[in-house]
Amino acid sequence: MATQRVIFTKEMKRDYTILLPNMLPMHFRLLAKMLQARGYRAELLETSDHEIIECGLKYVHNDTCYPALLIIGQFINALQSGKYDVNKTALLLTQTGGGCRASNYIALLRKALQKAGLSQVPVISLNISGLEKNPGFKLTLSLGKEMLYAVYFGDLLMSLVNQCRPYEITKGSTQALADKWVARLCDELGGGKKVKYDFIKQRYADILRDFELNLPRTAEKKVRVGIVGEIFVKFSPLGNNDLESFLVGEGAETVMAGLLDFLMYSVNTAVVDTRLYGMKKGKGRLMRWAYDYLHKKQLDFIALYKEHSHFIPPSDFESTRAAIKGYISEGVQMGEGWLLTAEMLELIESGVKNVVCTQPFGCLPNHIVGKGMMKIIREHHPGVNLVAIDYDAGASRINQENRLKLMLANANLQLQEEKKEEDTLLTV
Amino acid sequence: MKEARLGIDIGSTTAKVVLERDGNILYECYERHFSQVRIKTLEILYRLQDKIGSSPLKVAISGSAGLGLARAAELPFVQEVFATGETVRRMQPDTNVVIELGGEDAKVIFFDGGTDERMNGTCAGGTGAFIDQMATLLDLTVEEMDALSLEATRIYPIASRCGVFAKTDIQPLLNQGAAKADIAASIFRAVVNQTIAGLAQGRKIEGKVMFLGGPLSFNEGLRRQFLKVLKLSEENAVFPSYARVSVALGAAFYAAGLTQSYTFDELIERVERSASVKTDTSRLPPLFLDEKEYASFCERHGASTVESADAAVYEGNAYLGIDCGSTTTKLVLMSEDKKLLYTYYDSNKGNPVGIVKEQLDAVYRLCGDRICIAASAVTGYGEELIRHAFRLDHGLVETMAHFTAARYFNPNVDFILDIGGQDIKCFKIKNGAIDSIMLNEACSSGCGSFIETFAKSLGYDAASFAKLALYASSPVDLGSRCTVFMNSSVKQAQKDGATVGDISAGLCASVVKNAIYKVIRAGSADELGDNIVVQGGTFLNDAVLRSFERELGKPVIRPAIAGLMGAYGAALFAKANAPAVTATLTPDELASFTHSSKAAVCRGCTNNCNITVNTFSDGEKFISGNKCEKGAGKCPSENPLPDLHAYKRGLFAAMTPKEGTRGFTVGLPLALGMYELGPLWYTLFDALGFGVRFSGFSSRKIYAKGQYSIPSDTACYPAKIMHGHIEQLIEDGVDAIFYPSLTRNVDEGVSDNHYNCPVVAYYSELLKHNMDSLSGLRFFYPYLNINDEKQLTAELLDFLNREFGGFTKKEVAQAVRAAYTAYEAHMASIRVEGERAVKRARDEGKRLMVLCGRPYHIDPEIGHCIDQLATTLGFVVVSEDSVAHLASSPIKVSVLNQWTYHARLYNAARFVTETKGAELVQLVSFGCGIDAITTDEVRTILEEQGKLYTQIKIDEITNLGAVTIRLRSLIGALEQQKKEGAEWQRKE
Repeated sequence: MATQRVIFTKEMKRDYTILLPNMLPMHFRLLAKMLQARGYRAELLETSDHEIIECGLKYVHNDTCYPALLIIGQFINALQSGKYDVNKTALLLTQTGGGCRASNYIALLRKALQKAGLSQVPVISLNISGLEKNPGFKLTLSLGKEMLYAVYFGDLLMSLVNQCRPYEITKGSTQALADKWVARLCDELGGGKKVKYDFIKQRYADILRDFELNLPRTAEKKVRVGIVGEIFVKFSPLGNNDLESFLVGEGAETVMAGLLDFLMYSVNTAVVDTRLYGMKKGKGRLMRWAYDYLHKKQLDFIALYKEHSHFIPPSDFESTRAAIKGYISEGVQMGEGWLLTAEMLELIESGVKNVVCTQPFGCLPNHIVGKGMMKIIREHHPGVNLVAIDYDAGASRINQENRLKLMLANANLQLQEEKKEEDTLLTV
Repeated sequence: MKEARLGIDIGSTTAKVVLERDGNILYECYERHFSQVRIKTLEILYRLQDKIGSSPLKVAISGSAGLGLARAAELPFVQEVFATGETVRRMQPDTNVVIELGGEDAKVIFFDGGTDERMNGTCAGGTGAFIDQMATLLDLTVEEMDALSLEATRIYPIASRCGVFAKTDIQPLLNQGAAKADIAASIFRAVVNQTIAGLAQGRKIEGKVMFLGGPLSFNEGLRRQFLKVLKLSEENAVFPSYARVSVALGAAFYAAGLTQSYTFDELIERVERSASVKTDTSRLPPLFLDEKEYASFCERHGASTVESADAAVYEGNAYLGIDCGSTTTKLVLMSEDKKLLYTYYDSNKGNPVGIVKEQLDAVYRLCGDRICIAASAVTGYGEELIRHAFRLDHGLVETMAHFTAARYFNPNVDFILDIGGQDIKCFKIKNGAIDSIMLNEACSSGCGSFIETFAKSLGYDAASFAKLALYASSPVDLGSRCTVFMNSSVKQAQKDGATVGDISAGLCASVVKNAIYKVIRAGSADELGDNIVVQGGTFLNDAVLRSFERELGKPVIRPAIAGLMGAYGAALFAKANAPAVTATLTPDELASFTHSSKAAVCRGCTNNCNITVNTFSDGEKFISGNKCEKGAGKCPSENPLPDLHAYKRGLFAAMTPKEGTRGFTVGLPLALGMYELGPLWYTLFDALGFGVRFSGFSSRKIYAKGQYSIPSDTACYPAKIMHGHIEQLIEDGVDAIFYPSLTRNVDEGVSDNHYNCPVVAYYSELLKHNMDSLSGLRFFYPYLNINDEKQLTAELLDFLNREFGGFTKKEVAQAVRAAYTAYEAHMASIRVEGERAVKRARDEGKRLMVLCGRPYHIDPEIGHCIDQLATTLGFVVVSEDSVAHLASSPIKVSVLNQWTYHARLYNAARFVTETKGAELVQLVSFGCGIDAITTDEVRTILEEQGKLYTQIKIDEITNLGAVTIRLRSLIGALEQQKKEGAEWQRKE
């Protein structure tokens, strides 16, 4: 049977619960709070049990990429749990709209809902390409702005947690501090309040200082491991078997670029289309403006990092773009596209020589931008420690961990040698 | 005296221990642990008690199963590849590359320019365990297989992606009677190819190569294949004495650098203590709580049975049914009143002809003068061979045989699931005819025999392994993916201390889940129907049956002869279609029966099929392995049926190399998107005065040329073969290669968007950085917009002047115009030819098959000439792009319709629903992520209009046996539908 799209109406807004998938824990918690403040009954799904995978396998074509399986599995699992009134629940999902099959998650979700006898559940597409529209859920300018705040602060908190957690003296103190700020930010920024940009910068600085000054940490040197990859398995603990915690538990510090980079990459796509193919000139100009807007913000944030802390700031997206010269074209823009290659290169150039490239098993773009670029990267940067890890419902954790352990063993060897060198330098 | 060091390496199947002091090995051992990791370790440690004495020693544990032990026992762990590196650094520092094969791991370590270590990914199963599995399949011990392989005279291509694929290739070879020595050597060659293609990832294996690990130290034949393929000289191939225990030795070396020492007692105490650590593998509820529950289960299933008649007293006609399956042979002798007189069920030990002869002898002895065999029929993989060998009356496709048998048990049956040794078949019955058939795709096959092989590897026979599952207290949840993945999951369960019973029960549950969710793809039990019959040898395992009922939540019928249903169905069919006089070999003829087989290569056309020629005592020959009728010695027909795939190949073959006037030749790799836009680029370069040539159609040979530079082994075959085409063009001496990057494909105006898939669009980026041979050549892959003539002209002008200089806008514009014209004419001729084919099918009452996929599926190596197979079965074959325009209007689909190729697919499907006598068969390349979306959609389009959906997954696999079964089942179902449909209408 062909699936029918159920529109999310204005009436539904009043009493429907809107479920959000857990893609980026910090960002989506902020996002959920922002939506709540606007009167949406938004709820972030934080389930992580094995039944999600089972549910995904049951309702999604098993050869579909793992993120689709998990996201849809998580939704249906939640709907079937009895916790929600299935006639008063809607689902919210982001949609990209490129040549990657990820653009089809929404269609797959609707098919799965139908198969599960839940076709009455409306699915709201959250996209910037104008793919689907719902009267009850409008991506207004002010909501868009608030979502940007969620990205800004989500990125900030994620970066600080990554930089602090491995060194915290009191276990759990980093996360507690981050949680405190999440709660406070939602109160201050959500609900359609008029917020001045100066206030955003103010808070940004406050958080940096709070982590810098009020979080006791050790000064030891640890192995730094970069994580790049397909956006869902890169960020979501559900998708990557809690990779970050594993690496931190093994004594490493994790480094990853934020969501703002992906957003800028997406915005840049239309700019590239215009440049390479002479297409959509109007959209290209608009997106160029949006890109400049976001880029200016990013530069502000980098400055704030430097002014208020010793933490390592995010890198300037312009230098991210420049990093791929001689490797891959900006024309490669399906999935994570050239950004994934760029992130690997940026990490290596900034001294993070150990990089985990995560992807769902059989991810099409990653054949090219991930595994396809590793040979040349290794040739140009001897001694880098790249490891590609595939994730899917059947992949066993032990194989993944074993490969990570190999990378860590090599990384530790390198770290010890570096320390030795430093010691000799000091004695000289 | 210095401290001693203990290295312990616990892999997936074996435990290796080395006690070392000052570089001297005091003790070493290599033993199977049968998943009793902790017990085995303790056993070995106690053996060392005297050697260790009371002095403290340093210790490190390594290996995939060692990780859990080390964690639980709080002992130092060293990753195994890292440990190997320690060994090499200490023992043979001038080594350039290490190749190490373990039970389930394959590793290549490069030592030049910083250690670069590669391990097999999640999808690379073919190593030690794979060799064991293959030996079992050949009914040989590993030692015997190794010895045999040394006598090989030829190598068969065996898919090297993973064990399951290889099995699919080997089984038909066995059934066709290929020599075991050749198969054995081919298996080792497949392991070599897998290691090189899967792990080297574009980096050349050269210099001094050290070979480590169990399989390589035990198998001479494997070593030889490595030397042959890598072209290594004697002095550059190192096979050290410590090859088996290299990781354990490395762990000992690693331990030397640690600070903590342990006494023997401390060590024992820690390993003992590890037993109490809780597991974290997820578990399932037990299958049966107690014997009472099991007894009532047995009683219920005992009711579905076929009566036996005593052959010693029976007089009259009897009917012979044989099911020559992939791993087992089944035989049934049935009386006039459909009772069983004689049955046989056993492994065919790789020699089905021998087994059937033996059994026929036994049957004739039993018959004496009282019983007369009135008719015979055979089904299964070996159907044709057996039918020719013994001159049986009928051969029928196995799906029809199973349906015939199931119907005998329950006339209302609406769902049949058959899990055999190698394959899962299931079909829905609607209106008394087979409505849809689902066969397992190559990636989840081998489920039944997998349990058996696994049982053996753990030291059990299949029956007692199954019994252990019944009362296992907490079965392991192994998920529902292909068996190669299960290997890894089992490894993890072993690590977590699961019992053999828990694993056995877990495997049964996985087989069941595979069938339901991967093959049938059911959302709920209700979708399967109310009268479900399960059969096949695998269901004789009560644990599998119980798991199935539990998963469905409803009882099913398992006939007592579950393993014999194919043979019984064949016997029923023979009875219903008995000839006046049977042709079956008589006892006398049987006595003088001989059979020999010889491998050969068919030179009938450029396919060069590997064929097997079977010769029987009466001089009759039977040829198998051929893709078309020519190979079978038949003459091609005068007026062959239209075949659009062949037609399109002809169009490409006609675009012969052009010399040009510039003294500069551009090579076009005939792969991926070139199969669509080839005419456009060919004409463009020609018009601009360049020499231009295609790389030609693909072949195994071309694939092998580029195999070494493939970085991502899980990419689709059409992409991987691209590497070979580049090498081919370089050999052809072109001056440059052109494969443009096209984010968007041709906009045909019928879809939401018109993208290419990421692989088709950007594969050049990957080629550029992974193929060393491209470095001396100009490789062009400009980003182009092919939907805007003006824009394309500008882009090309810019590109040409950047690369060559001196082009005017006018000449480029003219060339672009010519190129578009040529492309449009090309597509138009395909459409015209498509219409002609459709008309001929209609006029002559032929079945029409839309054999659809992507443009590159017409390639003879990628599509395996399935089009030719289909025409030999009587189909008129058209391609998706030749009929998509015949759909009444562009179809609206429920997914985002965003790829040009797939939009054609959807419209071709609509055309099929609107055309009487048209069927659709979709070719899907393994690893094609996008087809996960399109297949479901195409199926929906067809099934909503009451059409059958048939999907064929293709990869490197070269055997067409499974494809033939599927296509014949399709024909069988269509015929049945027609027959029963008419009866149905009469009844109503």
